[in-house]
Amino acid sequence: MVDVQGLTKVFGRTLALDAVDLRVDRGEVVALLGPNGAGKTTLLKLLATAIKPTAGGGQVLGQDLVKGRDTIRRRIGMISHNHHLYEDLTGEENLQFAAVMHGMRVETGAVAKALAEVGLASQARWKVRTYSTGMKRRLVIGKMLLFAPELLFLDEPHNTLDQGAIALLNGYVASVAARGGAAVVATHNLTRAYAMADRFVLMRDGAVVYRVGKDGLSSDQLRDLYARHAESGDSVAA
Amino acid sequence: MARPPLAAKLLGSAALLMVAAGLFWGLRLVPPDAFQGDVQRIMYLHVPSVSAAYLAVLVTFCTSVLYLWKRDLRFDAVAVSSAEIAVVFFGITLATGAIWGKPTWGVWWTWDARLTLTAIVFTMYVGYLMLRAFAEDPRAGARYGAVLAILGLPAIILNHFAVQWWRTLHQPSSLLRAGGPSVAPVILWPLVFNIVAMVVLYSYLLVERARLERIRHRAADARLKRGRRG
Amino acid sequence: MIAELLRRTWAMTWKDVTVELRARERVNAMLFFAALVLFIFNFALGPDRETLREVAPGLLWLAFLFTGMLGLARSFQAERENECFEELLLTPGDRESIYYGKLAGTVLFMVMAEALILPLFGLLYNLDIWGHLPSLALVAFLGTLGFSAVGTLLAAMTAHLRAREVMLPLLLLPLTVPVLLGSVRATQAILAGEGLAGVSHWLKLLIGFDAIFLVVSPLVFEFVLEE
Repeated sequence: MVDVQGLTKVFGRTLALDAVDLRVDRGEVVALLGPNGAGKTTLLKLLATAIKPTAGGGQVLGQDLVKGRDTIRRRIGMISHNHHLYEDLTGEENLQFAAVMHGMRVETGAVAKALAEVGLASQARWKVRTYSTGMKRRLVIGKMLLFAPELLFLDEPHNTLDQGAIALLNGYVASVAARGGAAVVATHNLTRAYAMADRFVLMRDGAVVYRVGKDGLSSDQLRDLYARHAESGDSVAA
Repeated sequence: MARPPLAAKLLGSAALLMVAAGLFWGLRLVPPDAFQGDVQRIMYLHVPSVSAAYLAVLVTFCTSVLYLWKRDLRFDAVAVSSAEIAVVFFGITLATGAIWGKPTWGVWWTWDARLTLTAIVFTMYVGYLMLRAFAEDPRAGARYGAVLAILGLPAIILNHFAVQWWRTLHQPSSLLRAGGPSVAPVILWPLVFNIVAMVVLYSYLLVERARLERIRHRAADARLKRGRRG
Repeated sequence: MIAELLRRTWAMTWKDVTVELRARERVNAMLFFAALVLFIFNFALGPDRETLREVAPGLLWLAFLFTGMLGLARSFQAERENECFEELLLTPGDRESIYYGKLAGTVLFMVMAEALILPLFGLLYNLDIWGHLPSLALVAFLGTLGFSAVGTLLAAMTAHLRAREVMLPLLLLPLTVPVLLGSVRATQAILAGEGLAGVSHWLKLLIGFDAIFLVVSPLVFEFVLEE
């Protein structure tokens, strides 16, 4: 579903990403692990076509990364640590707006159904400003349920979430993978990554420094590898 | 790479010679104007400056379109170089306009239609340079600049009409016409020569400035590569 | 295709208007600022009634434009505050609907502000606006449309920049001088009782300006949004 080579991104004078290759197959959940500044967010944004690569390219969902941006955007979903929600709109209105902008024809009741599935049915008419962080994240998951993307990108999704929301998120990611989709999760939380991913890509200073699958790998071994290859002093292995 | 190629050096020498010759011709050789006296000679600097400046504006517009279409940074190098030179030439135009105006009409600024338009376009291009300077990422700066330059062209044309109508409805036109309705050859030829000389100067400055910009691009690339290995 | 464009534009406008009305930051700021401007001009220009009546149309449009710039700056500020700009980058489909949606929102707010400024203006400067309301409204709309057409694009561009409060007016004002000149001249003619016939060339300029920039701005908008 993802097959990119040599992805490079320069911001002004900073080399954020340096010739990164990545391959993600159907049914996989891949974790990008690394400290802050490793380039995980940049890589996700490139794959989600939010930004264009300075060099390199490839395919996402069979479409060219640069030329097929429109098609890619329709079929992916992005959950980042910024909620991208309008605080002055209600939960319901946020989903409705997002759906229309996504190019979907929303059937009546689809929004209500999505809200119910994430446990926000009774708060649907509240302004998002009044939501807790966990509720906001659940609303974003509700948005994903509406979009039904084939490929999910998650950027530090577990920050400040309560147990219930974490379980909901992990469950959703697992269901996307189980249905033949895939997910790429960027995080510096090794415990959570170990719980949800099948493969780990360790990054540091804009480059991939190690790749390893989960087969036969204990969480301690992962921690070890991370400390040896990726750590640069400011990661959180909770 | 660091030293200008031969062609550029020749162009530069030609420009220097032509401008010197042209200014000498206009400022010394041509007889003084019957009404305005010697001050009128400043026209030989004023008109060529504004001509070259508008040529620069056109070049910036075209290369901006080309840059957005082809994404070749060489087009952008020419665009920003031309814009910088335009600002300089517009500045000269405004300054010489003021110098011309003071002895002739007693005021530094007359809100004359052409000068007003020049001031507006000058501000537009200063804005262009500031826009590029304030954009954090040079690539973003190039894109934004290109968009502004593209908006600028229809805006300049509309401004031309707007300012013209604005002046002619309130005061009799005190437009300066280059040499008057029928231009005497003794004035026309040095004027044309000076305009051509200024265009040659513009070309030389453009070529050199664009080359400098390309060197800057390459230096930035090299710095990145070094950062990678180190 | 067109249906989707319209739906997205409508959604964008609805969202902008709703968010603004609920937050009520933009509308309040614009109105108070406009009232203040009209008032202060009076002090700056002295008490001579005749002078004031002569320059009044210019003052009116200065009030409109300064207020408009406030509104424009807020338009993209809200996206940045909600951190939704990135989300806009991810929306599939054409970018034009984002532009048109924002444009419609801006025009709506400017018109709302103008509808309140105009009577106040008539009051403070002793001018009969009610007798000429249709023509005044037409000129106000044409000028507002042109100003917003360019302003929306530039507001998007300057939203990310350092010194954006300075950059937006610096870039916008030279480009929109024709709008200012045309609107002021036409307003002058209307208030002097001359009607629109004498200023038809100015109206044509305004319409031409609007037409050109309503076409060019959405075309280049995607270059402003990318990355």
